[in-house]
Amino acid sequence: MPRVVLVTGVSRYLGGRMARILTEDPRISRVVGVDVVPPRMDIGGAEFVRADIRNPIISKVINAAEVDTVVHMGVIATPVQAGGRMSMKEINVIGTMQLLAACQKAPSVAKLVVKSSSSIYGAGPKDPAMFTEDMEPKHTPSSGWAKDSVEVEGYVRGFARRRPDVDVTTLRFANFLGPRVDTPMSSYFGLPVIPTPMGHDARLQFIHEDDGLEAIRRATIGDHPGMFNISGDGVILLSQAARRAGRPTMPLPVSSAGLVGAMIRRLGLADFSPEQVRFLTYGRGIDATRMREVFGFEPQHTTSETFDSLVRGRRLNRLLPPERVEAAEEQLVSMLTGGEVSR
Amino acid sequence: MTDARVIPIKTKDSKSNARKKPAAKKSPAKDVPGKRASGSRRSASSSAAAAPAEEPEERPAHDPLPGTEPAPVAWDRKVANALAFVRRRITGEYEIDEFGYDRELADKVLNAPLRPIYSRWFRVETRGLENIPDDGGALVVANHSGTIALDSLMTSLALLDHHPARRQLRMLGAHLVFSTPVIGDFARKSGSTLACAPDAERLLNKGELVGVWPEGFKGVGKPYSERYKLQRFGRGGFVSAALRTKSPIIPCAIVGAEETYPIIANAKTLARIMGLPYFPITPTFPLLGPLGLVPLPSKWIIEFGEPIYTDGYPDDAADDPMLVFNLTDQVRETIQQTLYKLLVQRRSVFL
Repeated sequence: MPRVVLVTGVSRYLGGRMARILTEDPRISRVVGVDVVPPRMDIGGAEFVRADIRNPIISKVINAAEVDTVVHMGVIATPVQAGGRMSMKEINVIGTMQLLAACQKAPSVAKLVVKSSSSIYGAGPKDPAMFTEDMEPKHTPSSGWAKDSVEVEGYVRGFARRRPDVDVTTLRFANFLGPRVDTPMSSYFGLPVIPTPMGHDARLQFIHEDDGLEAIRRATIGDHPGMFNISGDGVILLSQAARRAGRPTMPLPVSSAGLVGAMIRRLGLADFSPEQVRFLTYGRGIDATRMREVFGFEPQHTTSETFDSLVRGRRLNRLLPPERVEAAEEQLVSMLTGGEVSR
Repeated sequence: MTDARVIPIKTKDSKSNARKKPAAKKSPAKDVPGKRASGSRRSASSSAAAAPAEEPEERPAHDPLPGTEPAPVAWDRKVANALAFVRRRITGEYEIDEFGYDRELADKVLNAPLRPIYSRWFRVETRGLENIPDDGGALVVANHSGTIALDSLMTSLALLDHHPARRQLRMLGAHLVFSTPVIGDFARKSGSTLACAPDAERLLNKGELVGVWPEGFKGVGKPYSERYKLQRFGRGGFVSAALRTKSPIIPCAIVGAEETYPIIANAKTLARIMGLPYFPITPTFPLLGPLGLVPLPSKWIIEFGEPIYTDGYPDDAADDPMLVFNLTDQVRETIQQTLYKLLVQRRSVFL
């Protein structure tokens, strides 16, 4: 049972909410939040320490507070949040190295929870339909957040080897989505016209922000060492998601994706790495059987419910609201059949 | 979606409805005899029955005159169904499975153009459908031929439309299929997935009927002179998958597909430039341009052989390469012999 918890990446939405959730647990006496910038949101009873996990100061924080559980949520998905790809990579990779180095030296640390991502499986035509935790990626990610995540997991494995007494839980999340969290996916579906890779229709999976946080809380409170895919039930197709969002799509040849992605990035509409374009082209599925059977966790929202919560929460203006489509359908049916067919 | 005016169509004869919109209900094996009868009748006597196939079936249930009543019912119900389908498509309110299989779309849209090709153009005759179990996982292993994989589509249609349990064949395809735009997309939506051990085992464990063509591109891209000579059967991965999941293997021989696009030469350089495994030159393609894409109307026979059961083997049988090789050979030999048998029985290529 953890007493003193350190949460990294606390100034961003998910980290901040996680810190607040943990302070609400009476069994945890102290929650220390760490980030380079002060949190904009209320992190409840958590203490904030302005520290850069990229330098050895973090070691002092861990030792001074006698931290026994470290929740690492400091891996950033988009360069804009970090202020450029270079500093994003610094925060993600060097930050993790420093954090783990500090943990290795701190005898008080007994548990490490890492928020990782299913993007480490890459995306491509040679992928099996569903990745289980034991499978190796067929197309190793070569850029962006996915590559950072692969490297972070590599360092976490190294740490687990050197400190076998520490319980390490790695959670590989499907794409976070929800009414409030900002992710590359939510800004993508917020585009007025959604560019899609022509001739492809990716399978997508989402995890609701509340479910994702609950999974991290569960890993922090209980003893669940290991690696777990975390995703909402079911998959939806990119085209289907766009229709649910009521957005028109614009299929573009995959070869033009780099150009279009750069343009969208330049305009500040959404943040796109080549890795994400690959993901939106080939899609990916992760198998969450181990999450249910070993980790013992059942998300409250399915993939499509999660997506709908984004649409409702963001009030994405649907070009064709479903009610209107339904009304039109009923009208047509009654017009054509004299109103005698009822559904 | 029930309709007061449709109820009189007897529920016992629900096959006529089930056939019209099969996506709506995954009907159990209730309608066994009728479906097969109607299927074989269609192929046997394609008489001047311009009327839809369900009419003779509902006549005994109703009064002898199938007058004005049922026709408009069928019509307005069709319209309502079509509109409901369009609405679900517009709003995205439909389900796909984890492999990307979109049952409704596959059945209502993707399979529709294949049905006339199946019954009119190739006049496919099926044999041994009783060897396919009504439920549970099984692995259909077939020979591959015909330049483009029409044989897989026809086999899938044979099982979906003519097997009593309307079994959907989940086909395993090469990764090249899934890296090709449009084709890969349609393949996933129609229930295919990548030919790899995890996917095959996942499907078999879920009790799906899985179709595999182990010859791969070696089979479809072979020259006409080597027709009906089976190529190497991959590395026997399909046997391992069947052994691990203890699913029966059903050998399947397809005759007719070889003659659809006879390959007389292979433009290797062109294939390499375009990133294709082969570039076929047939008597009509590329000579006649797009017209060369029309397949020759060969007469097809698809025969499903007796299942080879794998549940008698020990649990670690899949790790015994010798056993896997032997089983692979057994399956291959069975298909080869069946092919020879069917070729002898066949009267001519086109009749």
